[in-house]
Amino acid sequence: MRALRAMTWVELKLFVREPLTVLFVLVLPLVMLYVLNGVFGSQPDPSVWEGLPPIDFYTSAYVALAAATAGVLALPVHLAGYREQGVLRRFRASAVRPATLVGAHMAVTVLIATVGAVLLTIMSVAVYDAALPQDWGGVIAGFLLTAVAFAALGALLGFLLPTARAAQGLGVLLFFLFLMLGGAGPPTEVLPDALARTSELVPVTHAAELLRGPWTGTGWDETALLFIVTLLAVSVALTAWQLRRDGRT
Amino acid sequence: MAAVVEVSGLRKQYGRTVAVADVSFEVEAGEIFGLLGPNGSGKTTTVECLQGLRRADAGRLRVLRLDPASEAMKLRRLVGSQLQDSALPDRLRVGEALELFATISPGGPPWRQLLQEWGLADQRDTAFANLSGGQRQRLFVALALVSNPRLVVLDEMTTGLDPAARRVAWDLVSAVRDRGATVVLVTHFMDEAQRLCDRLAVLSRGSVLAKGTAAELIAAHQSETVVRFTAPPDVDLSYLSALADVRHIERDGDQTTVRGGGPLLARVAHALVERGIEPADLAAHTPTLEDAYLSLTGDPNPDGTS
Repeated sequence: MRALRAMTWVELKLFVREPLTVLFVLVLPLVMLYVLNGVFGSQPDPSVWEGLPPIDFYTSAYVALAAATAGVLALPVHLAGYREQGVLRRFRASAVRPATLVGAHMAVTVLIATVGAVLLTIMSVAVYDAALPQDWGGVIAGFLLTAVAFAALGALLGFLLPTARAAQGLGVLLFFLFLMLGGAGPPTEVLPDALARTSELVPVTHAAELLRGPWTGTGWDETALLFIVTLLAVSVALTAWQLRRDGRT
Repeated sequence: MAAVVEVSGLRKQYGRTVAVADVSFEVEAGEIFGLLGPNGSGKTTTVECLQGLRRADAGRLRVLRLDPASEAMKLRRLVGSQLQDSALPDRLRVGEALELFATISPGGPPWRQLLQEWGLADQRDTAFANLSGGQRQRLFVALALVSNPRLVVLDEMTTGLDPAARRVAWDLVSAVRDRGATVVLVTHFMDEAQRLCDRLAVLSRGSVLAKGTAAELIAAHQSETVVRFTAPPDVDLSYLSALADVRHIERDGDQTTVRGGGPLLARVAHALVERGIEPADLAAHTPTLEDAYLSLTGDPNPDGTS
């Protein structure tokens, strides 16, 4: 426990010293939201955004995107870089359990994602008159589940990808996929059929849906919940499997 | 008292490549034990198996009476190591690194004291990426000592250092042993091994070619003494070949080289002085560990294990 705390604190400091990831995770979503609000305003259009005012639709989408970005863009680059440079070996030789290292990275990721989510919510509500969540508990629980699931996905990618460069490439690719097809860009209703079906496979689509239910007071979306829980379970299982395999070399 | 490290019949293969074929040795408490050999001879794999960082395919390993395969976590707390190809996060600062490792593996001296002792006080707030090679090695040794380990493994600690930094590093190794730790030193530098190691094992192609003190290895594998002096090329020196134990005489211009055994220098000197030749630069080249090593590993018939 003491090792996990010390490691988390150090990893948090290291994260903050990485200006590019801070920019991507914390600042970029705010800029995107600013642009989208300028384009679409806050008048609901019954044919798109599930009939919600655009700002309400996009706020949940960007809160979900913040969690996803922290998970797939920042974490894998750090972990893959650690293995590439020999940092992982250094920690292993000093009796640091891989689980401690993964735990610290995931804790930092969830924390950063939370900061990003809070900033987005404040901006949406205070500046653009977005609605506050109807069910605070539901939104917080849904967000934490989402953030942990994406952090677990990031940890898996970090251990599977051979180099920091590969992790960075895949992370940026996933980021744009999440952005364009996860509901943070064009609304699903205007997408061509094939893309709309593809967006059903994008985790951020479901994460945003998971938040939108309690946020607007329409209750949990069970498909979304199942999708995110499955993402979490599969990521954790595969990461554990990969770590066991690493430990046997 | 049991040996700190016992290795017998160690074998490790990566796919079809045999990294370690058959390695056995013991390390006694308080000694600096060297593993010497060319690149790819299995030194690093051997010490990685010792620390439980890799799992041996065969052989018996005991380190501090623990089995590295099944008690790796327990063992790693007792062993300090400086690994080849390891690093710290680029933006981690020296003080933070020591504090972190001291928290993870408690039990050693206060980390601020290590910072002072290893000459890193001025670098306390310097990021790892901005350290020089010598500073990094000092930091790694300090990190290896943070848990007050009973065994310290140093793998190629002076590779990439300039000569001055290497000498500083050598003093550090002696200092580590003086604190009461046993040291396993992996190196491919002969001078380093000869100067630091109480005993060593020479590895080649995954097998131990020889074990012993540097003096024992030299005596056993390089008995030839070489005597050199200058003499005008037209002077007749053929009588030297009649001296006892002289095997070979070579003349290149005014340079003369005599190879042989026994008290060669005294015999050559005597023979020369008797004939009125008194070269000012007459000197014997005493065999070094490097000579022994070359005769061991440069053997045209190495035991083909790979």
